Amino acid sequence: MTKAISMYLHVHQPYRVRNYTVFDIANRHDYFDADYDHRTSNERIVHKVAEKSYLPTNQRLLKLLNEHPEFRLSMSITGTVIEQLERWAPHVLQSFRDLTNTGRVEIVGETYHHSLAFFYSRDEFEAQVQMHREKVQQVFGQTPKVFRNTELAYNNDLAYWADRAGYKGILAEGWDKVLGWRSANYIYRPAYTENIRLLTKNYRLSDDIAFRFGDRDWSGWPLTADKFAGWLNGMHDAQVYNLFMDYETFGEHQWEASGIFDFLEHLPGEWLRTQGNIFTTVSESIDTFQPVDTVDVPQTITWADTERDLSAWLGNAMQSTAITNLYGLEQAVHQTGDLALIEDWRRLQTSDHFYYMCTKWFSDGDIHAYFSPYENPYDAYIAFMNAYHDMCSRLSQKGVLL
Amino acid sequence: MLGWELPPHNSGGLGVACFQLCKALSKKGADIEFVVPYTADHSGVTFMRVNAAHPQDVQAVIRAGIAYDSFKYVKSTGEIQFVDLFGQVAIYEKAVERIVEEAAFDVIHAHDWLTCRAAIRAKTMSGKPLILHLHSLESDRAGKPFGGNPLVREIENTALLLADRIVAVSQHTKDAIMREYEIPGDKIEVVHNHYDPSGLIAPIGLENAYTYLEDMKKQGYKVIANVGRLTIQKGLPGLLRAFQKVVHFAPKTLLLMVGSGEQRNELIALSAELGIGQNVLFADFQRGKGYRDAYTVADLFVMPSVSEPFGLTALESIGYGTPVLLSRQTGVSEIIKNALKVDFWDVDEMANKMTALVQNDALRDELHANSLREYLRYSWDHSADKLLDIYDKHLQSQPMETAA
Repeated sequence: MTKAISMYLHVHQPYRVRNYTVFDIANRHDYFDADYDHRTSNERIVHKVAEKSYLPTNQRLLKLLNEHPEFRLSMSITGTVIEQLERWAPHVLQSFRDLTNTGRVEIVGETYHHSLAFFYSRDEFEAQVQMHREKVQQVFGQTPKVFRNTELAYNNDLAYWADRAGYKGILAEGWDKVLGWRSANYIYRPAYTENIRLLTKNYRLSDDIAFRFGDRDWSGWPLTADKFAGWLNGMHDAQVYNLFMDYETFGEHQWEASGIFDFLEHLPGEWLRTQGNIFTTVSESIDTFQPVDTVDVPQTITWADTERDLSAWLGNAMQSTAITNLYGLEQAVHQTGDLALIEDWRRLQTSDHFYYMCTKWFSDGDIHAYFSPYENPYDAYIAFMNAYHDMCSRLSQKGVLL
Repeated sequence: MLGWELPPHNSGGLGVACFQLCKALSKKGADIEFVVPYTADHSGVTFMRVNAAHPQDVQAVIRAGIAYDSFKYVKSTGEIQFVDLFGQVAIYEKAVERIVEEAAFDVIHAHDWLTCRAAIRAKTMSGKPLILHLHSLESDRAGKPFGGNPLVREIENTALLLADRIVAVSQHTKDAIMREYEIPGDKIEVVHNHYDPSGLIAPIGLENAYTYLEDMKKQGYKVIANVGRLTIQKGLPGLLRAFQKVVHFAPKTLLLMVGSGEQRNELIALSAELGIGQNVLFADFQRGKGYRDAYTVADLFVMPSVSEPFGLTALESIGYGTPVLLSRQTGVSEIIKNALKVDFWDVDEMANKMTALVQNDALRDELHANSLREYLRYSWDHSADKLLDIYDKHLQSQPMETAA
C-alpha cells in the first residue's frame, strides 16, 4: 500500500511597523523603516532569520533533493518576504530558487500580503492573490495550483471560491471538531464544490516537529528521524501524512542545538527505507489518492491556538478596531491611484500586525509574546493606529473624502 | 515589627503596605507587635497589637516631617515633642529600647530608614535576627543615584550592613541597594508589594467629587490623573512637558494632579509657562472620597516617576477601573505587564502613548480589562509566605543555647 509524507513549509515575514509616533503623523510616511538596531527592523530580522533558518535549511533540502530522487515537498512564500529577500538578501532568494529548479518543489498560492482580506473585501483578496500568482511566476517560473489562505483560515466559502478560481486543492487545519470521526490522513472534497480537493494538516504529527521537538519534558523527546518514521509506519489507517508548518521551524523556532537539522536530514532516508513509502507535493497527493468523503466547514477555522479560530487576530477590541478601520479606507485608497499609498495600505493588512495586538495570553508570556517585536500588545496597537491616522491624513491631502 | 505609620495616620504608601502586609502575615499565624512613634486610635486594627513607642500625638510626628522627608528641619521651640525628624528617630530608638527590655519576640522586622536606628539597637540588645524591609531608599527620595542627605545615607548603610536579611519591595529597589551601598545581591530578597482589593471602597454617593471634570467629560473631554506627592522623585515636570504635547494633538484633555509637596508652586508655574494652565488642575492632598474619586474620574492614571521603589497607587488605580501608564523606573511595572510603559525621561514617547490612549477607547478598555485580571491574580498571601520563609530560615540558624 502506498503511503506518502506531504511536507508543506510556509515562508513569511511581515513589514513590521516601527515605533511610529503621533509626532510622525502627517510628517513622514516611513512606517516600516525602523533603525537597523531596533527590534522592529525588518532588515535586521530578515538577516537574522536567513542566517539561522533559511540558508541552513535550504542547503540541507537541496542536498536531500539531490541525494533522493523520490524526495519532494511544497512551500508557500509570501510576496512580502520575497520583496524583503530581493532587497536585503538576494542570495537567500536564489537558494529558494535552487530548490524549485529541481522541479520537485511546488509553490502554493496565497495572498501576496499574507492578509485576512478574504473576510473583509473579496475584491482586495482577489487582487492580492493575483499579485502573488504573478510574483511566483516571475521569481520561480511556476503557477500555483493549490491554495492556502493566510493562517490556514478556511471555511466553505473559501473552498467554493478556490474551486471557481480553478485551484485543484486547498489546505486547511485537520481540526477534530470539523473532521469528526474522519482522519486527517486522507483526501477530502469540500462541501458545495465540484472539482477541488481538501488537504488537512495532521496537527499532532506536525506539532511534534514544529512545537514539541525541543521540549525535554515531552514524552516523545528526543525525536529522531527513525523514531518518527516508525510512528508513521505503525499507523495503518492512512494514505498521506500532511506535515504543514512554518518554514522557520527549522533553525528559528527550533534552534540548531535541538537537533532539528539532523532530524530533517535523516527523515527522507528513514521514510523511504520502507517499501511503498513515498513523498508527494500537495498536487501529487491529489493526483495519487482518491477523495474518501465530503467535509462541511461552515465556520472559519485556522491553525492557531487551542481555539483554532481567528481570535488570535480579531479577538479583542483593539484588533477589530484596527482592522475594520483599515479596510474602511479601501475605496478612498483606490481612488487616489497612488501606488505607494496603496502598497502601504496593503502592507498594513498583513495579519501579523493584528497578531501582535493579541492580549489573550500576554500575561503568561507565551508564544504570542515570543513572536512579537513589541514590548506589549498596546505598543503594537499604538504604532499601527498612528500609521492608520497618517494614511487618513494622506488621503485627505489628496482630496479624497473619507 | 518597627514601622513609622499606619493608616489612617499615613502620609503615603508605606503605611498602607505595612498594614496590608501585617494583615496577611497574621492570617498565616504570625504574632505581631507593631511599634509606631505616636499615640493614636488604632481600634480598626484587630489582627495585631499596635504599640506607641512614645506618648505624643500624630501631628507632632507629622510636623517633624512625613515618612518621606529627610531634609526637613523644624526649629525647636522649647516644646519637647517639637523636634526634627532625626530627633524623632532618636526618641523612637530610646522608646524601642524600653520595649525590647520587656517584650518577648523572635524576629525584628523593621521598615525603612526611620526605624533603622531602633532596629539596630533592638538587635544589639536581644541578639534576635533583624529583617530590614526597604520600601524606599534615600536615593529614590532625592530623585538621583548617590543623592540625598548624607546622614540618612549613613543610617541606611549601617543598617543594611548589620541586617541579617534585607527585603526589597521590587527588583528596582534591590538593584538600587546593590548600586548605592554595594550590598551583595544574595543578601536581598525581592518581595513585591500588593494592594489588597478589600481596601478598595465602593463609590459613596452618585456624584463624583470632581463635578467639574465630570461635566467636561460629558463635553467630550478626557482626564489624565496623577496621584502622589509633588516631589522630585515623581518626575512631574516631565509629565507636564509631555502633557503639553498631548494637548497639542488632543486639546480636549485635562490633567488632574492630586497631592502636595515642595514642587507644588514650581509645577503650577511650569504649567502656566507651557501654556496649558487651563488644562491642568491641582487638587492638593486628598483623603477619602476626594482621593478615590480621582482614580474613578480619570481615563488614564500616570506614574512618571524618576525612581519609584514600588508604586501602590498604580494598583489602586487599576482596582478603581482606570488603566495605567508607568515609567519603567517603577517597581510596580515589574508585576503589571498590561500597562503602557515609558522611560521617565522620554517625554515624546510619554506624549505619544497618552495621546493614543485618550483618542482611543478600544485601547483604554482593553488595557484596563487585562490589567485588572492581572492585578487580581496577585495577592499579599504570596508575599507573606515569602516573609515567613525568611523568618523561619533565620530562626533555625540562631546559635543553639548550650548547657556548657
